[in-house]
Amino acid sequence: MKKSLELLGRYFILMRKVFTKPDRRSIFFKQFFTDVEKLVIDSIPIVAIISLFIGAVIVIQTASNIESPFIPKMYVGYMARESLVLEFCSTMIALILAGKVGSNISSEIGSMRISEQIDAMDMMGVNSANYLILPKIAASTVFNPLLMLFSFMLGLVGGAMIILFTGIVTMSQYVDGLHYAFRSYYIFYSMIKMSVFSFVITSISSFYGYNASGGALGVGSSSTKAIVVSSVMILVANLVITQLMLG
Amino acid sequence: MIKVERLNKFFGEKQVLKDISVEYQPGKCSLIIGASGSGKTVLLKSIVGLHKPESGSVWYGDINFTTLDEPGKKEIRKEIGMLFQGSALFDFATVEENIRFPMDFFTNWSSEEKLERVNFCLKRVNLFNVNKLFPNELSGGMQKRVGIARAIALNPKYLFCDEPNSGLDPHTSILIDQLIQEITQEYNITTLVNTHDMNSVMEIGDQVSFIHKGEKVWEGSRNDILTADNPDLNEFVFANNMAKRMKELMQK
Repeated sequence: MKKSLELLGRYFILMRKVFTKPDRRSIFFKQFFTDVEKLVIDSIPIVAIISLFIGAVIVIQTASNIESPFIPKMYVGYMARESLVLEFCSTMIALILAGKVGSNISSEIGSMRISEQIDAMDMMGVNSANYLILPKIAASTVFNPLLMLFSFMLGLVGGAMIILFTGIVTMSQYVDGLHYAFRSYYIFYSMIKMSVFSFVITSISSFYGYNASGGALGVGSSSTKAIVVSSVMILVANLVITQLMLG
Repeated sequence: MIKVERLNKFFGEKQVLKDISVEYQPGKCSLIIGASGSGKTVLLKSIVGLHKPESGSVWYGDINFTTLDEPGKKEIRKEIGMLFQGSALFDFATVEENIRFPMDFFTNWSSEEKLERVNFCLKRVNLFNVNKLFPNELSGGMQKRVGIARAIALNPKYLFCDEPNSGLDPHTSILIDQLIQEITQEYNITTLVNTHDMNSVMEIGDQVSFIHKGEKVWEGSRNDILTADNPDLNEFVFANNMAKRMKELMQK
């Protein structure tokens, strides 16, 4: 318990160092766009592949569970849309990003820590936490919600493709379901979730990387901790946000 | 001038620096020597503020560095250059970007002025045509030189070198030592070198402090070290058989 509180305290101390005014705005924006490319744009292929396949699988599973002739087939589209927007495109994608982006951030910053590159920045009078971490947090919290929208659309496309290939329901039934009882608030809710999850992933991974010690093994261990803790915190945040926004 | 007064540092229960007081003068290469684990790196990092001492003070000129807040420390650090044991070059940046890094943060120089300064620093450390190379494309000795070039980029008043010769062959080590000494005298810098290399001590040790188990147990110049009667220092300096035989011959 004492150890956990100490860890939490160190996390908040680091965040206080991170959320200060950047020394040079031009340097911040240069880093920001580099991190948008590294953390968001480079994640597009994996998000695209997973979204297409999961969208297709949700459609097959939903269709195979609707056997009653009294339930209209358009519910396949409706259920696929709701599953994707409410949970898959934010929570599941965030968990995948915790693995991909989280390990990338913690190992990158961890390697810089053990090779004294962070000490070198501090020695120059540069706020290393602000320089290294703030652009990453900003890039992912701002742009990952767009990644969530992209995932949502590709999930729906995946569903449409499986319908084209298998004819499990008709395309017009699927499209009718997609339009049925649409609430744009759910999109907003999902984007907010994704933004919060992105903050969780980048800040926790940066924290573990920034405090890495003990050589290459230490970097590996900090990377593992970053992924595990980020994943658990995503689930906790998911519960809290859902209760606040939908409860 | 740098003055260290009664510096104490603990890691948990273990005291790694015990009541260390010492003064370092500009234009001189001051060396901290000692065996591995004696506390010399902790002393160096405490002086530059990378470790926070439990008690004692560090003075840069007439400013007490230990009592300064972060913005105050930041101002002093702009006057400090540091060469790290593993060079600590940013591996995401080219040689030119590494040396330009402090300039980007703390000067309003134009791109041309920065490039001119980068080239000047590289020339000063005898490196040519390496601007666009990344650190992993350089040899260990070249990385140290780039580290020195980055350390002097903003004309520092203080230069700290942590084990500048580690991992280098004897010939390259001497070249790096000579470079550090030349720069120290040329720009009247207060230079502090942390080493356990006796060749460095004999080459550039204007002032030598010997640290043993966290305590400063001896201080003098490179000329005094061979005739010192401190048993811990003698054990460190004359560690191998050849050195022991030399000492016996000297005594005869």
